[in-house]
Amino acid sequence: MTEAPTIGERPAAGASSLNSQRSTLNPSSMIAVRGLKKRIEAQEILRGVDISVGVGETLVIIGRSGGGKSVLLKTLIGLMRPNEGEIWIDGQSITGLNERQLAAVRRKVGILFQGSALFDSMTVEENIAFPLREAGERDQRVIADKIAEMLEVIELDGQQKKMPVNLSGGMKKRVGLARAIINRPSCILYDEPTAGLDPVVSDSINRLIRRLQERYHVTSVVVTHDMKSAFHVGDHIAYLHEGRIYFYGTPAEIQASPDPLIQDFLLGRASKAE
Amino acid sequence: MFVRFFAAIGAVVLSFFIYLGELVVLAAETMRSAVTHRLRWRLFLRQMVDIGLLSQLVVVITGGFTGAVFAAQTYFQFNKLGVASGVGAVVSAALFRELGPVLTGLMVTGRVGAAMSAEIGTMKVTEQIDALRALAVHPVDYLVVPRMLAMMISMPLLVDECIFFGLLAAYLVSVNLLDISGPYYMANMVRWTLMRDIIMGLTKGFCFAILIVFISCHKGLTSREGAVGVGRATTEAVVNASLAILISNFFLTMFLNIIFPAGWQ
Repeated sequence: MTEAPTIGERPAAGASSLNSQRSTLNPSSMIAVRGLKKRIEAQEILRGVDISVGVGETLVIIGRSGGGKSVLLKTLIGLMRPNEGEIWIDGQSITGLNERQLAAVRRKVGILFQGSALFDSMTVEENIAFPLREAGERDQRVIADKIAEMLEVIELDGQQKKMPVNLSGGMKKRVGLARAIINRPSCILYDEPTAGLDPVVSDSINRLIRRLQERYHVTSVVVTHDMKSAFHVGDHIAYLHEGRIYFYGTPAEIQASPDPLIQDFLLGRASKAE
Repeated sequence: MFVRFFAAIGAVVLSFFIYLGELVVLAAETMRSAVTHRLRWRLFLRQMVDIGLLSQLVVVITGGFTGAVFAAQTYFQFNKLGVASGVGAVVSAALFRELGPVLTGLMVTGRVGAAMSAEIGTMKVTEQIDALRALAVHPVDYLVVPRMLAMMISMPLLVDECIFFGLLAAYLVSVNLLDISGPYYMANMVRWTLMRDIIMGLTKGFCFAILIVFISCHKGLTSREGAVGVGRATTEAVVNASLAILISNFFLTMFLNIIFPAGWQ
């Protein structure tokens, strides 16, 4: 197995911003990515991404729609294979692992999908209990207790018998989140957690993400283009632009950045060329 | 011009062999998983209900009416030759060796293969299969293995059922409508129906089960581009599995006839 990279081994590729070198890999990283490239057919989606996320840290990856944020997130747990580059999860390189070998790594990581990806043939409680049952838990009392705890965390008490088709978008996200965290992963990946939700529901999801960070001290990677969400939940923010990390910094640093590209994105301004 | 033509032919041939390769890889992965990983009994039993139990009406109607019409057509020809009592023997041999397994295979492809492909395809395009993978569950273990085992058990039984109702309908039509002597009909049928005919029918049913399950699951697992992609995958699964049944039936017939030759030797 390849050794995890250490501090200053390599600066963030393609970073044009002053803060970009701060995304350099460090040894206490829960997630470390180096030189990640991904092509889908002829299109080059990721062109050399370097990021690291420390234990207990929340990194928000922002960027334009179609910019490769979701691809990056899925590549992190091997749902998509990179063409080049290396990924370490909790110190273990996942590059080159096959689907069965990846299972051990994936047990450490929960993911909330953009469309929630709930199993539509199962009720809410069956969805939430799915990872427990698959992990071999057979004690119905333990399962019921954990479901009750999760329903309390996501504030959906009394909805456990509903089918996913009868849930609103926000409720689906909550159930997806409960399913992702029921086995207490060390890290949670969020793919556009507030996309398609109204501002009030978005705010409740942001609060839920914060609450999970405080309650379980998990490492989080949040992919979003919702800046309110990014500022609310992020310890650090990385701006993915043209397949590379263009900016890396704290929410305060990104807000203070004079870079016109960053400012256009933050203020939702179309550039003149568009 | 010629280069482009041959390149196009080459591309089609290549994609066909890639497709075959993918099917073989899926089959190998499924077989390995069935042996080395625990079976999810609930899923398996649910598939037994979906495939075995709920296909019965279709199979009974198919077998019954095929037996009835085949008996009538055979009678119309045999009666001219004065050997009408041989209808039972011909219908029985045809149902056991060809019509039973092939028609059951085609009907199960339409009912079950299409559903498998559509269900797995929908799971694929709605990221449910990615969710399975992210939750450290291999999609082959969870989706394909229970379906494969349920198909392997259900199909031979469904073939049996189809043949039984075909024979029953043929008897009723022959004796009640076509005026063939019942005892003669039965005597000829029993005399000319051999264990090897039954084994041949069951073997074909088992082989068709494997073809249907892997072609349908593969199409579902590789479907793309939303609802249109799922629709296309479902259609292709039904067409490919039906063609595979008809084509493989010829080769199975030729091969199995060496082991289980037709009629008395």
